[in-house]
Amino acid sequence: MDFHLTKEQLLVRKMYREFAENEVKPLAAEIDEEERFPAETVEKMAKLGMMGIYFPKEYGGAGGDVLSYAMCVEELAKVCGTTAVVVSAHTSLCCAPIFEHGTEEQKKKYLPDLCSGRKLGAFGLTEPNAGTDASGQQTTAVLEGDHYVLNGSKCFITNGNVADTFVVFAMTDKKAGNHGISAFIVEKSFPGFSQGKHEKKMGIRGSSTCDLIFEDCIVPKENLLGQEGKGFKIAMQTLDGGRIGIASQALGLGEGAVEEAIKYTQERIQFHRRLSQFQNTQFQIADMHTHMQAAQFLVYSAAMKKQNHEPYSMDAAMAKLFAAEAASDVTRRAVQLFGGYGYTREYPVERMMRDAKITEIYEGTSEVQRMVISSHLGVK
Amino acid sequence: MKILVTVKQVPDTSGKVAVNPDGTLDRASMQTIINPDDMNAVEAALKLKDDLGCKVVAFTMGPPPAEGMLRELMAMGVDEGVLITAREFGGSDTYATSQIIAAAIDTYGVEDDDIILAGRQAIDGDTAQVGPQIAEKLHLPQITYAGDIKKEGSTLTVKRMLEDGYMTIKVQTPCMVTCIKELNTPRYLSVGGAFEAYSKPMVIMDYAALKDHPLIDATTIGLKGSPTNIFKSFTPPQKGVGMMLPGADKETTDKLAGILATKHII
Repeated sequence: MDFHLTKEQLLVRKMYREFAENEVKPLAAEIDEEERFPAETVEKMAKLGMMGIYFPKEYGGAGGDVLSYAMCVEELAKVCGTTAVVVSAHTSLCCAPIFEHGTEEQKKKYLPDLCSGRKLGAFGLTEPNAGTDASGQQTTAVLEGDHYVLNGSKCFITNGNVADTFVVFAMTDKKAGNHGISAFIVEKSFPGFSQGKHEKKMGIRGSSTCDLIFEDCIVPKENLLGQEGKGFKIAMQTLDGGRIGIASQALGLGEGAVEEAIKYTQERIQFHRRLSQFQNTQFQIADMHTHMQAAQFLVYSAAMKKQNHEPYSMDAAMAKLFAAEAASDVTRRAVQLFGGYGYTREYPVERMMRDAKITEIYEGTSEVQRMVISSHLGVK
Repeated sequence: MKILVTVKQVPDTSGKVAVNPDGTLDRASMQTIINPDDMNAVEAALKLKDDLGCKVVAFTMGPPPAEGMLRELMAMGVDEGVLITAREFGGSDTYATSQIIAAAIDTYGVEDDDIILAGRQAIDGDTAQVGPQIAEKLHLPQITYAGDIKKEGSTLTVKRMLEDGYMTIKVQTPCMVTCIKELNTPRYLSVGGAFEAYSKPMVIMDYAALKDHPLIDATTIGLKGSPTNIFKSFTPPQKGVGMMLPGADKETTDKLAGILATKHII
């Protein structure tokens, strides 16, 4: 696999870095502390085309590629895990399923607003009793004339309180199991739709996470996404793509922690020497960087396969599994290198450690990634 | 109407500065950035483009890799790049450089309603001479140190920022305006812009393209055509970190006097 970036990718990466450093980093501690959604940053990202990076210009996208999207999430996550997941959930979990499974009318109706960032997107699959076991959907959708009536609730929905457009899954045929799940495009303004309480989380605290509630929610028939009964397949394919986004987030968090650790250990003096002069520090940082570099290869490889329309489900699972576990390990090691200061909110590494943990859980836990990988290997 | 912007790739002075034996900068061995004041000129041009829908063309003189800088400006919204590059142009001082860029701009063509924008000065030479010299050689009016630019018809109203105040000047196009950082905040390039940048037109003007222009003469270009003689080039030693003593009382002044006395300054 050729990992040489194209000239265009080098240009966008330079912009992402400058943008992250100047616009995102200064807010990262504040939005974490205040558990505040960074709406002002989303507005700025929208103007630069970062809310629809790899979608065609005819649908309001920036006409870029999947790797440029992955690098965007990576660069944002180096300084702020929250801002990274806003882009990832919006792009991978809402824009992508509409682009990949929507009718021409649905794409023309929804994508221009989403890709330009005028509207924010979210994805509703998880329910209180359907987490990793996503097939246990209890939300129902019943066709009544020209519309479906949805009843039930979703939980842990990223961007939930701030999104306008949702890709939501519900049972249209309870007897059919996975084959009875269908996908819908739901607008915030649809009657019977409401957003629930904001979850107080350990990390990515600036990101909005909440319940979605459907009480006789009226969804026009034309908002069925894909065919009736094909929702589970759409959800799984969407999560394959989403894993590239979350793997990129984990990658950035780990890389950000390595950068912070290098900077800090070159400044901090103990026993009349810089911390960086101790072999323990050198070996720790060498290992940390090596793990993140390996994660980057996996993430970029999965992104390039998706871009080239090659099968990438196992690659995305491996990228997310490895990057998430590496990020958790590397950010924890960074806190250790910082010592007591690392445990305080004066320095960013404790936030990075808290932010990294979720990457092992959402959009498929590490255990689910192992199931996906082993099943691709025929180990059943 | 179009806007022509002159830009320069300069060494990133936050890194180490390298000098050739002849005293000129060893640009090849240094990291480069787009000259900061030039970014303000580009932003001013793009703002006028946003408002008026005109075309923006960026000109630069430099080695072939300077194309990368022009592509970056295209990703911000510049429509076309002109790269002036030839071995014969190497080593030019401000006189020779302005001679060559003026010839390139004239060859490209300046119409009655065009504006030429430049940064006030480059962070490598800090001369602030190239913009004004281009204007002189093209016989165009010039306004330096622009902190605000407004266009109505063929009239530009420019606020010139001076050390002790400002001056508002009206000028007719075509004209040259040099820009300062207070003029605006340069925009970021956009993702969509980056993916279009390499398909936008790039004009290469080499020695053959310009040699017949009246301003181009072997005695007025390159190192030989440069009247500047470099006496010495060096990296200035880094200044120490300053110290702030807040307060306007005797205790503070005594403290200041004590510090200065310790350092044998007083």
